[in-house]
Amino acid sequence: MRTKTHRKLMAAGVIVATTALALTGCAKAGGSAGTSGGELVMWTHNAGNKAELGAVQKIVSDFNKSQSTYKVKVQAFPQDSYNQSVTAAAASKKLPCIMDIDGPNVPNWAWAGYLQPLTGLDSTLSKFLPSTVGKYNGKTYSYGYYDVVLAMISRKSTLDAAGIRIPTLDKPWTKTEFDDALAKLKASGKFQYPADFMTGSTGEWWPYAYSPFLQSAGGDLINRSDYKSADGALNGPAALDWAHWFQGLVSNGYIAKKSGAASDQDFMNGKTGILYDGSWAADEMSKKFGSDVVLLPSVDLGKGPKIGGASWQWGVSKTCGNTAGAMAYMKFAAADKYVAQVAKAAGTIPATAAAAAQVPGYGPGEVNAKLRDFSQKQAVVRPVTPGYPFIATTFTKAAQDIINGGDPKSILDQAVKDIDANQKSNNYFK
Amino acid sequence: MSATIRDIADIETAHAPNPRRGRLPGWGAALTLAAKILLALVFGLPLVFMIVSSFKPDTQIFGDLGGIQAFLPVGNISLNNYVGVFDRVPFAQFLFNSVLISVLTVGLGLIVNSLAAFALSRIRIPGGRIALGVILATLIVPFEVMALPLLWEVNQLPYFDGSQIVQGWLDTYTVQIVPFVASAFSIFLFYQYFDSIPRELDEAARVDGAGWFRIYRSIIMPLAGPAIATVAILTFLPAWNQYLWPLMVTQSEAVRPAMVGIDYFKQLNTSWGQIMAYASIITIPVLALFVAFQRSFVNSIASQGLKG
Amino acid sequence: MSIVTEPVAASERAAELPSRLPPRKAGTARGRTDAVVGWIMLAPAAILILTFLLVPIGLTFGLAFTNARLISPEPAHFVGLDNFVAVFTDDTFWASLRNTIVFTVVIVPLQSALALVLAVLVNTRTRGTTFFRTVYFLPVVTSIVVVSMLWLFLYQKDGLINVVLSKVGIQGPDWLGDPHWALLAIILMSAWQAMGFHMIIWLSGLQTIPAELYEAASLDGASRWQQFTNVTWPGLRGTRTFILITITIAAFGLFAQVNIMTQGGPLNSTSTLVFQAVRSGFQQQQTGYASAISLVFFVLVLIVTLTQRFLTRDKEARR
Repeated sequence: MRTKTHRKLMAAGVIVATTALALTGCAKAGGSAGTSGGELVMWTHNAGNKAELGAVQKIVSDFNKSQSTYKVKVQAFPQDSYNQSVTAAAASKKLPCIMDIDGPNVPNWAWAGYLQPLTGLDSTLSKFLPSTVGKYNGKTYSYGYYDVVLAMISRKSTLDAAGIRIPTLDKPWTKTEFDDALAKLKASGKFQYPADFMTGSTGEWWPYAYSPFLQSAGGDLINRSDYKSADGALNGPAALDWAHWFQGLVSNGYIAKKSGAASDQDFMNGKTGILYDGSWAADEMSKKFGSDVVLLPSVDLGKGPKIGGASWQWGVSKTCGNTAGAMAYMKFAAADKYVAQVAKAAGTIPATAAAAAQVPGYGPGEVNAKLRDFSQKQAVVRPVTPGYPFIATTFTKAAQDIINGGDPKSILDQAVKDIDANQKSNNYFK
Repeated sequence: MSATIRDIADIETAHAPNPRRGRLPGWGAALTLAAKILLALVFGLPLVFMIVSSFKPDTQIFGDLGGIQAFLPVGNISLNNYVGVFDRVPFAQFLFNSVLISVLTVGLGLIVNSLAAFALSRIRIPGGRIALGVILATLIVPFEVMALPLLWEVNQLPYFDGSQIVQGWLDTYTVQIVPFVASAFSIFLFYQYFDSIPRELDEAARVDGAGWFRIYRSIIMPLAGPAIATVAILTFLPAWNQYLWPLMVTQSEAVRPAMVGIDYFKQLNTSWGQIMAYASIITIPVLALFVAFQRSFVNSIASQGLKG
Repeated sequence: MSIVTEPVAASERAAELPSRLPPRKAGTARGRTDAVVGWIMLAPAAILILTFLLVPIGLTFGLAFTNARLISPEPAHFVGLDNFVAVFTDDTFWASLRNTIVFTVVIVPLQSALALVLAVLVNTRTRGTTFFRTVYFLPVVTSIVVVSMLWLFLYQKDGLINVVLSKVGIQGPDWLGDPHWALLAIILMSAWQAMGFHMIIWLSGLQTIPAELYEAASLDGASRWQQFTNVTWPGLRGTRTFILITITIAAFGLFAQVNIMTQGGPLNSTSTLVFQAVRSGFQQQQTGYASAISLVFFVLVLIVTLTQRFLTRDKEARR
C-alpha cells in the first residue's frame, strides 16, 4: 500500500514537472538588456491603433533596410495600460532599448534612471516644436513626432443660431463672454448640457485638460521657479478664481458633473453644444458635420487662453545594451518625412514646419494650420519635475472635489500641503 | 473496488426535491415564475445590451441609450465591429492564450487544492490547524496590494527556457499560471465541503486496507462533484479576468491574454462598438464552461457506493 | 450496509455512534505515517502558497516600514513607524475606513440573503432551471468595462433608474454625484454584480441536503417555510460559514467598482481602504505608505474574520 502511494506521488510529481517544462517552450531568448537575440527592442503604445502603429513600423523597416549593422524590432502595447507595463519592466530591469513615453512623464523617468540623454540630435531637434522635446536638468531625453491641442469644438450653425461670436486666436472668448455663451445655449433648450468638458474621463485627462484653465487664470500647479512648493500658485487668489469658475460651470448646469462614457458621441448626437476635447476628435466630427465643425481656441480667464502640451515622445533607456544602435535609430527616425508620416497617420500636429508642409491640411494657410498656431501660442507644458505624477493625481482629486461642491480654499490648501510634502520627502529630486 | 453507478436520470429524480410534494398552489407557482423572470431581466439586460450594441455603430449605441431601443437590434445593424476586432487585435492568439492559461490554472488547481483540503480535513496532521489558519489569512490580502513584491520575486526565480536556465519568469505562460494554482479560496471551499462527508467512509476504507491517496481518489473525489464544479467555475473566472498581472509580466503578444486586448480599443477615440464585440466574444468561453458544469450541480453523493 | 450507501443521512447519526476504530493518536506509528502522508498531500499547495502568497505578503508588510517609492533611483530606507503616523493622521484614511465598514455592514447580509433566495429559486429540476441559473450568473461574467459603462449611464441624473423612480413619484438623486448617495449606488451595483457568484456557492451547499429529508418533513405536514428552517437552514451550516467569511473579506476589499465608477469621490464618500492603497501606491508612487495602509487593512480584517469564526463556532458547540 505504501509503495503504491509513493508511486502515485511520483507520477503526480512527474506530471506537474512535465507540464511546467512544456510551458517553457514560449520563453523569450535571453540577451543583453533591451535587446533580443542581437536585435534592438522597441516599445510603442500604439497597439490597436493601426494607422499610427503602421507608420512607426514603416520607419523601423526603412531603418533596418538602410543599413546592416543594427536591427530594430517593434513590440506594441495598448495605450491605456502602457505606463504600468513600463513601470513593471523597469522594476524587473527588462526595459527595451527604445521606447515612447508620454511627455509629462519624461522628467520622472529620466530622474529615476530609466532614460539616457540623446546624443547627436541637438541641431535636428532645434527645429521641433518646443513642447515636443523632452528636456530635464538641461539634457534632452526625448522627442516626439507630433503634438496635440485641446480645442473647444462646436458647430457654426449652433453658435450662429444662439447668437454667439465665433472666437479667434487673437480674440478668444473672455470669461464673461464664455459664461454668456453657455447661458444662451442653456436657454435655447436644445441641449442636455450646453458644454461637455469630458468630466467622465479618468487619469491624465484631468491635469492635461483642466490645469490650463488654472494657468489661464494666473495660477499654476507648482512654482516653476524652483519646483519646491506649490504655495501661492495652486492656492493663491488666481487659483481660487479658477476654482470658483470651474465649480460654477457645474452648479449653473453648464456642464455635467460627470459626463457620459463617450462625450464625442454625445456631441454628435446633439446632446451638447460645445465639446472641450483634443484635436484628435476633429476628424470624426468632420466626417459627420463637414465644414460646419469649428475648432475654437480655449477661453481666456485672464492671462490668455492656455492649453496642454506635449504628447508621446521617443527616448532611449539607460540599460540599453546597444546604445550606438539606439542613437543611430533615433537620428534616422527624426527626419522630416517620418515626422510627417506619423503625424498624418495619427491625425495630429506635425512637430516641424517642414513636416507640416508635407501633411495635407497642415501646410501654411491650410485648414489645420491654425492648430499649429494654437500649439505655439497657447500650449503650456506640464510641470517639468519628477514629482509630476504625484502632482497630477493630487490635482485630479482636488479638481474633482471642487467640482463636487467642496470648499475650494481648504481643498487647494490641502493639495498644496500634500505636494510640498512630496517634493520635500524626495529631497526636491536632486 | 468497484463502484455502482446508477443511471444519472434516476439519481436526478431521486434526489431533487420531489416536484409533487410541498408544491405551492397555482398562484404561488405563477408568482415564483414571475419573480424569476423579473430577476432574469434585471440580471440579464446588460449582457443583452452588450450583444445588441456590438452590432451597432458607435454613434447609434449612444443615441439609443435613452430608451428601450438600447436593448433591441434595431437601426444600422452590421458585423462591422466584429470585422474591426479581428483586424485590430491578434484575436486568435489572445483567445488561445487565455484559454490555455485559465484551463491550466484551474486544472492544476483542482488537484493541488483538493489534495490540500483533503489532508487538512481528514488527516490528523500536526500543525494542520495552523496551516489552515495561515492559508485562510491569505484570503484577506487583495492581489493589487502584493503585486509589486510578487513581480520582484518572479524576477529572481530561475527558468528553463528550453535550452538554458535564465533568471526571471517575465513574458511566459508560466508566470501567469503557477502563482495562481494554489488558491486559498478553493482550499477553503473544498475543506467546508469535505467536512460534511462523514468520517465513517474513511474508516471503513482504512479497515479494508486503503491508503489515504486511495481514499482521496476513490471515495472523496467522486462524491465531490458539486464542489469540483463550483471551484472550477469560481477559479476559472479570476484566471480568465486577469488584467493587472498580465500587464505587468507580459511584453510580447505571443503570451498576452485576452483581457488586456480590451485596451487595444481604447486609443484616443474609443471604439465602443468594437469593445462590445470583443467583450461579447470573450464572454462565450466562460458561459460555455458554466453551462457545461451545470450538469455537475447534481446531488451526486449517492451515485457511488462502496463495494468490495 | 446502509451506512455506505446513504452517506449523508448517516452524518446525522454519526455524531451519536462511537467510532469503531480506536482514535488515531499522533504518537502512534499509524499517526506518524498519517502525518507524513498528510504533509505530502499538503506539500504542493503549501509550497506554492508559501512562495507566491506568503513571501510577497511578507514583503509588502515589510515595505510598510520603509520609504519605498515606485519609481526612484534611491533605494528604500527604514523609517520605522512614520508611515503609520501619516496614515492615522490622514483624513482620507478615516473616510476610507468609514466607507469600507459601512459598505461591508450593509452588503454582507444583503448579498448573502439575496443570493440564497436566488439559489433556492433555481434549486429545482424544472425545465427552465439551467436558463435561469445562467442568466443570474451573467453579471459575474460580463466584462467590467461594459458593466461600468452601462451603470454609469443608468445612474445619471436623467438615467434609467431615475426615470423609473419618477414614474413611481420619487425624485431620484444624482446617484454618483451626490456624496450622500454615491456609496449606496456602489453598494447596489456591487450586490447586483456578485450575486450570481454567491448563488453558485449556496447552490453547491443546497445540493448536499438529501431530498429524503424534505420528503420526510413534508410527510410530517411541514409547510415550505418550516421545511426551510428545519431542513435547509441547518443543512447549510458549512456553506453559511464559508459564505459569511468570504463575502466579508470581499466586501472589505472593495476596489474595482470604485476605481472605475467614482475614483473615490465625490468628496471621499466612496473611497475604500484598498482603493486608497492602490492609488497611493501606483498613482502617487508612494509604495511604503501604501504598504502601511495595507498592513492596517490586513490587521483589521483579520480581527473581524477571527471574531466571526469565534462567534459561529460557539453556536456549533452549543448545538
